[in-house]
Amino acid sequence: MHDHDAPDSHLPIEADAELTYYEQRVEAIQALLIEKGLLSADDVRRAVEDMDARSPAVGARVIARAWVDPHFKQHLLADAKAAIATLGIDVDTWSTLVAVENTPTIHNVVVCTLCSCYPRSLLGVPPDWYKSLNYRARVVKEPRTVLEEFGLELAPDIEVRVYDSTADMRYLVIPQRPAGSEGLSEEALAALVTRDSMIGVTQAQEPSP
Amino acid sequence: MPYQPGDRVRIRVATPSGHYRTPTYIQGKIGVIEAVHGAFRNPETLAYGGDGRPKQTLYLVRFDQTHIWAPAESAGSAPFCQNDRLLIDIYEHWLEPVPEE
Repeated sequence: MHDHDAPDSHLPIEADAELTYYEQRVEAIQALLIEKGLLSADDVRRAVEDMDARSPAVGARVIARAWVDPHFKQHLLADAKAAIATLGIDVDTWSTLVAVENTPTIHNVVVCTLCSCYPRSLLGVPPDWYKSLNYRARVVKEPRTVLEEFGLELAPDIEVRVYDSTADMRYLVIPQRPAGSEGLSEEALAALVTRDSMIGVTQAQEPSP
Repeated sequence: MPYQPGDRVRIRVATPSGHYRTPTYIQGKIGVIEAVHGAFRNPETLAYGGDGRPKQTLYLVRFDQTHIWAPAESAGSAPFCQNDRLLIDIYEHWLEPVPEE
């Protein structure tokens, strides 16, 4: 279930796999666009670099603010993109975002059963397990079993809410603020907010004593 | 929009050719409108170079897990509990009204 590296993942790639049909098609379209002067190879490289540069640190910053500022949290729950824009983050190109809050009685977890819809702007590139058939098929049907495999056991009276993001919405889980984090700075709080806690397969980390 | 939060709806059962975003596991199931997201372009024509219009209202629909899936037969820990829910985004043309019982 977890995204362990394959045993040989440290070896250099000696022979690239043959291009699939769709890879060949993408390369052909890209070559045509460059040939016609509609974009440059550097535009493509820069777009890939921008995508790879996104990371869960953006999401963690948003969550830490929500933990320390109740007004911001209410704004985030009511209109997530507008709230995040107030932090000076450019949200113009983002999909519609919905924040859902974990509480002592509700635990939220996100999946896209149809493909791999994911709030990339806030969390970066999704982990491989998020895109796996195993996770997508099982978390809607046996959420508690899957969460246990991630190390999260929830009491039976807690309501587990699985969000299947099949359409235009992207979902962000606001994990519960961990006990013992009362005196921490916003920056130190953000370090407790992991990618997986914002997908909802685990809780935020507890501060080290 | 015909549906409001709290309304009971059934997800239409259909397998149109081409691209649609209503998973089969939820088709035929009865849920409750949790929220109205607004109007969005229809992916069923958008996926094929169309303009996705007319826009469809997109709803967040809430289901009881115990309604979607048969009770587990395994003796292990429960795959879900009585209060657990599934919430899913569904476009309006996939919804049918369900009269109050």
